Amino acid sequence: MIEKNNIKAWLYLLPALAFMLLFLVYPLVDVFIYSVEEGYNFVSQRSSGLGLYNFSYVLHDTYFLQAVKNTFIMVIITVPISTGFALLIALALNSIRKLRELFQTIYFLPYVTNTLAVGLVFMVLFKKTAYSDGLVNLLITFFGGESVDFIDGPYWAKMFVMCFYIIWVVLPFKVLLLTSALASVDKMYYNAAKVDGTGSFRVFVRITLPMISPTIFYLVITGFIGAFKEYSDAVALFGTDLNAAGMNTIVGYVYDMLYGDSGGYPSFASAAAIVLFVIVLTITCINLLVSKEHVYYA
Amino acid sequence: MDNSVKNIKAEKADKRKKILKNIVVYGFLGAWGLMVLFPFYWMVLTSFKSYASYNGEKIPRFYVTDPTFSNFTNAFSQVPLGRYLLNTFIFTIVTTTVMVVVVTLAAFAFSRLEFKGKNLLFTIFLSMMMIPSELIVITNFVTITNADMRNTFSGLILPSVMSVFYVYLLRENFSQVPDQLYYAAKVDGTSDLKYLLRVMLPICRPTVVTIIILKVIECWNSYVWPRLITDDKNYFLVSNGIQEIRQNGFGRENIPAMMAAVVVISLPLIILFLIFRRQIMAGVSRGGSKG
Repeated sequence: MIEKNNIKAWLYLLPALAFMLLFLVYPLVDVFIYSVEEGYNFVSQRSSGLGLYNFSYVLHDTYFLQAVKNTFIMVIITVPISTGFALLIALALNSIRKLRELFQTIYFLPYVTNTLAVGLVFMVLFKKTAYSDGLVNLLITFFGGESVDFIDGPYWAKMFVMCFYIIWVVLPFKVLLLTSALASVDKMYYNAAKVDGTGSFRVFVRITLPMISPTIFYLVITGFIGAFKEYSDAVALFGTDLNAAGMNTIVGYVYDMLYGDSGGYPSFASAAAIVLFVIVLTITCINLLVSKEHVYYA
Repeated sequence: MDNSVKNIKAEKADKRKKILKNIVVYGFLGAWGLMVLFPFYWMVLTSFKSYASYNGEKIPRFYVTDPTFSNFTNAFSQVPLGRYLLNTFIFTIVTTTVMVVVVTLAAFAFSRLEFKGKNLLFTIFLSMMMIPSELIVITNFVTITNADMRNTFSGLILPSVMSVFYVYLLRENFSQVPDQLYYAAKVDGTSDLKYLLRVMLPICRPTVVTIIILKVIECWNSYVWPRLITDDKNYFLVSNGIQEIRQNGFGRENIPAMMAAVVVISLPLIILFLIFRRQIMAGVSRGGSKG
């Protein structure tokens, strides 16, 4: 029916293919080569041999281990809390009529803001300076607590702001998806439950949750992936020298190895990036296995 | 008699329960709404405080006594904020435009044209969606550095113009356009390109708008790649600019001026969002990520 216009089709594809080969496929192959080239010199572009030294260096580097620890803590705290809290907000939004659009608009705002810029506002709110303790600390002392520097202070305080900011940033996306998932559940099910006189908690567990489980599952998977790649939010709060702040993340470690004051080691960066990729892949596979048993696809 | 009294009582209890529930729900939603809005309020508020009055407040005030515009003029005169904005503007427009062209052509080839190995190639395309950017950024950094494109717009733009996911999104939409239209156009002697521009794109406009919006947001907020590829202030985008302002900014810790810069940087996207609210939220729920 349609003539096989081979050449024309390839012409249409040419720009996309060219960009993809140069900036996607070739780098993907190259990163594995970098990761096994030992003693790679950025200036002469030569290495002294092949081996797994880069991986062993990275895995023994205290900065990397600190970054892994930080990243795991952020993931474990922010993914469940943000998903659960988003569900709570979506349920509340779904149960009202008045002001619903207004709330939805407000809640979405963090999605369209520059995290680097708004992070500075969080820094100002939480930071202690010579002039003032900062708004948050004033509130804490007002309620009888001990003030603490959240930006340059103890580890747990920094981690708290970090997680709080991450949740603030990722919530809009989750609330949006869960709200539309809740809205698309067929009213027929609720009406049937009403006729049977089912309690509201039971309705939630037996009807709502299974119906929106694909969305929840999607958010958990993307949430894990996103949280493991945490980086710019940390820079926004603690500045570019994350190692000094003790708040570096795995992605931050990759970029520090590549560029900046401690940079110039693409081999170490590649090894670290591959370790991250393996971690994310493993977690995603576990998620997929778990979901097979618990997700209900209508 | 007894029954009807009972009913009225039950109704009253029901009503009370409903009111209580409303108070809890609206209270909860309102509280989180405040939590979201407060940082924005604080940044606007602080940006209108003078340096002296900000640092004079041991307990910060929630209102401004003597609003001043000096922070905004400082943000544009003492640091090259205008330059950062212009750079980001150029970067966003060029990247988005080139991307739309590249993606549209590819999506058209995959949905409308026939060629050998189409399905295999499309499968390879799809598998590329799973590649995390952290893996490929390392070699791209080396490529751009070796090509002497550090601190140039081409170095910033070229690696960001291809998106496998948007090709996929657009192809899905293109495939829904009925074949009959294509044959009719062919009979009329319309060329493929003309058909793409005059028929396909107008029909699939919502998807194209979605892609453009998502890409604009991504470009405006991009930080990692620009940071790797630029160290000359003349080529900084806003994200790097604000980081630079934070570290070496106004010569002293000038929080109000810094907040003025933050307001200026945040405003364009917020305005865009308020105008295209529906499209943006629909677009993000279809094809967004982050989070």
